[in-house]
Amino acid sequence: MGADLTRHVKRNIVAYIALLPMAAVVIFAYLGTMAWSVRLSFSSSKLLPRNDFVGFAQYVTLFDTSRWQTSLGNLAIIAFFFLLICFVLGCLLAIFIDQNVRAESLFRTVFLYPYAMSFVVAGLIWQWILNPDLGIQHTMHGLGFSGFVLDWVVNPQMVLYAIILATVWHGSGLVMALILAGLRGVDTEIWKATRIDGIPAWRVYVSIVLPMLRPMIITSLVLLSISIVKMYDVVVAMTNGGPGTASEVPAKFIMDNLFERANIGLATAASTVMLVTVLLVMAPVIYSQYFRKSGRAS
Amino acid sequence: MIGMKQMVAVSAIAILAATGVARAEEPLKAEVIHWWTSGGESAAISVFADAFNAAGGEWVDNAVAGGSAARSAAINRIIGGDPSTAALFNTSRQYHEIIGEGLLNDIDAVATQNNWDKVLPEPIIKAVKVDGKYYAAPVNIHMPLWIWYSSAALDKAGVEKPPETMDEFFAALDKLKAAGITPLALGGQRWQENSLFSAVLTNVGGGKLWKSVYGDKDEAAIRSPEFRKVVETFISLKPYVDQASPGRNWNDTTALLIKNEAGFQVMGDWAKGEFKQANKEIGKDYGCIPGLRPDSPYVLGGDVFVFPKTDNAEQIKAQHLLVEIMTNPDVQVKFNNLKGSIPIRADVDVSSLDACAQLGMKIMSDPARQAPDASQMMEEFVYGSVQDIVTELWNTPMTVDQAIDRFDKALRG
Repeated sequence: MGADLTRHVKRNIVAYIALLPMAAVVIFAYLGTMAWSVRLSFSSSKLLPRNDFVGFAQYVTLFDTSRWQTSLGNLAIIAFFFLLICFVLGCLLAIFIDQNVRAESLFRTVFLYPYAMSFVVAGLIWQWILNPDLGIQHTMHGLGFSGFVLDWVVNPQMVLYAIILATVWHGSGLVMALILAGLRGVDTEIWKATRIDGIPAWRVYVSIVLPMLRPMIITSLVLLSISIVKMYDVVVAMTNGGPGTASEVPAKFIMDNLFERANIGLATAASTVMLVTVLLVMAPVIYSQYFRKSGRAS
Repeated sequence: MIGMKQMVAVSAIAILAATGVARAEEPLKAEVIHWWTSGGESAAISVFADAFNAAGGEWVDNAVAGGSAARSAAINRIIGGDPSTAALFNTSRQYHEIIGEGLLNDIDAVATQNNWDKVLPEPIIKAVKVDGKYYAAPVNIHMPLWIWYSSAALDKAGVEKPPETMDEFFAALDKLKAAGITPLALGGQRWQENSLFSAVLTNVGGGKLWKSVYGDKDEAAIRSPEFRKVVETFISLKPYVDQASPGRNWNDTTALLIKNEAGFQVMGDWAKGEFKQANKEIGKDYGCIPGLRPDSPYVLGGDVFVFPKTDNAEQIKAQHLLVEIMTNPDVQVKFNNLKGSIPIRADVDVSSLDACAQLGMKIMSDPARQAPDASQMMEEFVYGSVQDIVTELWNTPMTVDQAIDRFDKALRG
């Protein structure tokens, strides 16, 4: 056994050496700073990091802060609608394009194009479109429809949906590209077989094709989830958290406390909460991806 | 061969000359981190740079866009052990923690020599003097709560003269509204909404309430009928603001006054720059109101430079020269004229300043009306929570009682 291991190591020594720098970066830069942030969340750090220990005091303050509560609630709403709409829309776009439409590459480019833009640009574009003084409402008033109202970015009740609109526009192209790649990999024999059996196309997609695309679906859901958790730039560009605190998100809370409010302790407590949330959400995905697969294989 | 010899000789002389010159008159190098990048701001800071270079220094400019980014850069350099010679901060508590950690050099030598105890206004001294020593050089005073108005808009609405009391102010707002002009131009961003609240607090509550609520954080003052009136007045301003206010930048908001589409705006004296750029004249096209009561406090905000700890004698010499230059009366006038603020000392020639700045200098000369900026009276994170309350109060149907409870918790928490 020991000899086996040494032989294995010897044979792959070059590969291990090549992997070392990356492994070091991951351990020190990622895990190290993560551990350091968690450590700081238990200190009373304000502008400068301090090495004292105040227990869960920062967490108590955090969950007592109404802006943090608002931010979490907003993130939940954004996450739900963004995931749902992006995914459904992305799948539908992919399926439509898969029907061998004319000018397919044009459509593909058009739908994927928003994803090539940064969130800041996407946010600014939609901010202008929805701004009552510059955008659609202004144009409609100019055309004589003075009763027309489209004030989403300045209306505290609707501002979250304005952000969802912008992010869906930005993200659904990615889902489309991933699913489309999967659809192109589906064996044409399957389609022929179902056609002979007279099964309607929608049924084939729902019951046969989509389950086959499980890896693509999981990948796109993971990518979308990551962009939800780190959602910051689009909010800053579109509303800067306003009106009031109506569109605040946790990442913005963390950045504001870290840099503008000189409150490192509270900011790291908030980022630790986000880290734990992400781990909790990702755990089932990781479990289904790795453990169930290896279980089946053995 | 001759060519070779000549070359060697020439380069030897050149090296000798170079090192000799460097030894003899090596300029005092000073690296300065700041965030003054816009047109007027960079013109203003180049007054410092030119004066410093003329005095035998070498100004190394390190401009970082954005106040908090520039301050983070300065602090990271200090913690990393490679500090700049000087760094810009707001006249506030932003740098008090690094003073406490012993990371700044004091500049007491220059301050005593120039008699700062006598020439600086008291709130500014409180902000830059810690434990009996001066740690920061104030360079300007910004009053963040001026009330600007468009003369043409007021004329059109039939407002004969700019308001001098809160009642006249509301009467003017009503007339503007009736004339179809946006009465109050407000950019719906957290800090601008907070400026409006501060203006209501200083003008309805007065300087005493300002200091007892924000400074002493006195529960009786927070729960007093006077503070209640402040919150109610603030809420009653909501109907005078246009629908497109949320998220609007302050300069786009000032543009509404320039285009005579709005009547009033509460904004710091930096708004003057926008009017000047549009070729508008004080007194003719627009005007400035310092307050809406005879004893309205003059809130002293502004900027300071701090000087990170170093043992290098040359660097300390450069730091002292910087302080000397930046607070020099002539340089002060030139700098503040471009920056839109007023000089930090009363003993300067005000004749070249504009009408609003002269008015400000006159009010500031009365110590009873000097008031510290809110950021000088509380920690940054406390001020942050206060601003969160103000913006929620403005944008949600929060009741007066809820607001007062939350102010109490944030300030005394």
